[in-house]
Amino acid sequence: MIAPPPSGPVPYARDFARQLLTDMLRIRRMEEKSAELYGAGKIRGFLHLYIGEEAVAVGALHALQAEDNLVTTYREHAHALVRGMPMDVIMAEMYGKREGCSLGRGGSMHLFDKRTRLFGGNAIVAGGLPVAAGLALADKMQKTDRITACFFGDGAVAEGAFHETMNLAALWQLPVLFCCENNRYAMGTALERSESQTDLCAKAASYKMPTIKTDGMDVVAVHEATREAQAQVRSGAGPLFIEYQTYRFRAHSMFDAELYRSKAEVEEWKTRGPIHTFSARLKQEGKLSEEEFLALDAEVNAEVAAAVTFAEAGTWEPLEHMLADVYTPAGGQL
Amino acid sequence: MIDNTNKKRISYRDALHDGLREALQQDPRVFLLGEDVGRYGGTYAVSKNLLDEFGPERIRDTPLSELAFVGMGIGAALGGMRPIVEVMTVNFSLLALDQIINTAAIYHHMSGGQFSVPLVIRMSTGAGRQVAAQHSNSFEGWFAHIPGIKILAPATIDDARHMLAAALADPDPVLLFEHAALYNMEGELPADGSVDIKSAKVRRAGTDVALITYGGSLPKALQAAEALAQENISAEVLDLRVLRPLDTGAIVASVRKCHRAVVIDEGWRSGSLSAEVMARIMEQAFFDLDAPVARVCAEEVPIPYARHLEEAALPQPEKIITAVKALLGESA
Repeated sequence: MIAPPPSGPVPYARDFARQLLTDMLRIRRMEEKSAELYGAGKIRGFLHLYIGEEAVAVGALHALQAEDNLVTTYREHAHALVRGMPMDVIMAEMYGKREGCSLGRGGSMHLFDKRTRLFGGNAIVAGGLPVAAGLALADKMQKTDRITACFFGDGAVAEGAFHETMNLAALWQLPVLFCCENNRYAMGTALERSESQTDLCAKAASYKMPTIKTDGMDVVAVHEATREAQAQVRSGAGPLFIEYQTYRFRAHSMFDAELYRSKAEVEEWKTRGPIHTFSARLKQEGKLSEEEFLALDAEVNAEVAAAVTFAEAGTWEPLEHMLADVYTPAGGQL
Repeated sequence: MIDNTNKKRISYRDALHDGLREALQQDPRVFLLGEDVGRYGGTYAVSKNLLDEFGPERIRDTPLSELAFVGMGIGAALGGMRPIVEVMTVNFSLLALDQIINTAAIYHHMSGGQFSVPLVIRMSTGAGRQVAAQHSNSFEGWFAHIPGIKILAPATIDDARHMLAAALADPDPVLLFEHAALYNMEGELPADGSVDIKSAKVRRAGTDVALITYGGSLPKALQAAEALAQENISAEVLDLRVLRPLDTGAIVASVRKCHRAVVIDEGWRSGSLSAEVMARIMEQAFFDLDAPVARVCAEEVPIPYARHLEEAALPQPEKIITAVKALLGESA
């Protein structure tokens, strides 16, 4: 049995509460459109949707400072969007167009943005953890008060990179917030079928790292937990491991027939959907009317439509540029 | 004539040490991390005494976590530092391959040119010390397969002393392979200087055959050339120095001059760097050749422990001499 749907008061002013709702909707509608565009052959390669998990990216990233570093995975459209990458640019990257954040060289799984200190979607499971710890080491050595947030899934805890990085980050007291999006399946393998210890916080705790476990379907719970967590990391107390218990409503990628879980399970989790439960709470508190919700949704759909138009109108990187940037051009980046 | 007044005699190990120390002195962003680089003084004593001089913040002993600390080097480089990661030996670098190949090498390109990774990774490589198969690999040729990283193989005192500075001045990931059999080699070092990390260098000029090599095989090739000179065979010795990007122009120039070539490589021959050098000669200097290009490589076995077997498995001056004479149509 799963927990009852998130409920209770929303401890935020109307504007911020709506910001959270809007960002979750932006992710949802952008990704629904992406799936459609995938079917139409406009987006190719791998496409991993975040649908169902929106509360995590939205609640967590709104708890960070603009100067913080972000390292994430191949399921990262949401992180890029909430962090401030324009939807146009994300869509163009998914199209493989030159107007994408990475000139169309990375696609859906590899969104990079120097401006918002997004150091990439890394598509090797747990591959981002050592990089995040290194960014944090640089900050510690340079005595900044920046922290690094590193997102990864439950599958990553099986990798050596996870354990090596947990140990080093704790040993050297690095300012990293390890954000584990536990959606219960590593592709198609359920956690209990792959881990002898399914309590992920216990793994982190074994490295003497403080941990927080939170309901990843509740944007309020996510935001509150992450606010507390980032303050602790920023205070110089060393790394912290936060587990967001969440669920992905869609397949792992567009090639997944979902043979490993029942439709009933998915439907049950959908009763805990982060968007409808949160908007219901806002309505109950009088912070949102149905009309306002519909207007918001229409605005978001217009943003998505504009992003598609932008991507459609985008250009292809000329073939003559193919070998550019394998190495940094002379005089660059020093 | 060589002016000896400005030169000093120094070991390859000390030259590396001095280069490292200078880098730490000159740039506060530079720091060293790796296994036993601090209190132990470095497995090959390259970082000896640096902990005392620069402290534990900049000379960082790591646990045996190659994947994590190489990846942390990438992150620290992205974060504005200039890390030098020491991987104890190339054999252990296999544990960090994912970070080197799937992250460091692709970062600049796949981010659309937004990020660069100014990371230097040093590691020892090679066989010849009876440490058996797991500690005797030469994988620098493998790494030279990968676009996005640069591969250096210092084989002289001058390169050992100065290549690190050039690597640190490069905005992209550079892997520097120190041959374990060279640490005790001694030679003359000019009082001051610098080296490039672009070109191959002729270490001995000759006209009859080009011996193309790098790293731990360079002294063997020079020894073979000296012996061949006694028999009036003039061998040129070309030190590749930079394995990626390869200085194809220098390779072709030596072949055009000598019309015969032997490639000497401690890596296995199948799918190897030596194969790549031969392919480039075929592509660009085929009609300058008077004979097929020959190779002296490691025998295709895991490198054995027993001394006589290990010696027989590796390139040796005698094998090079035999290969040269075969090319010249003479019996060994």
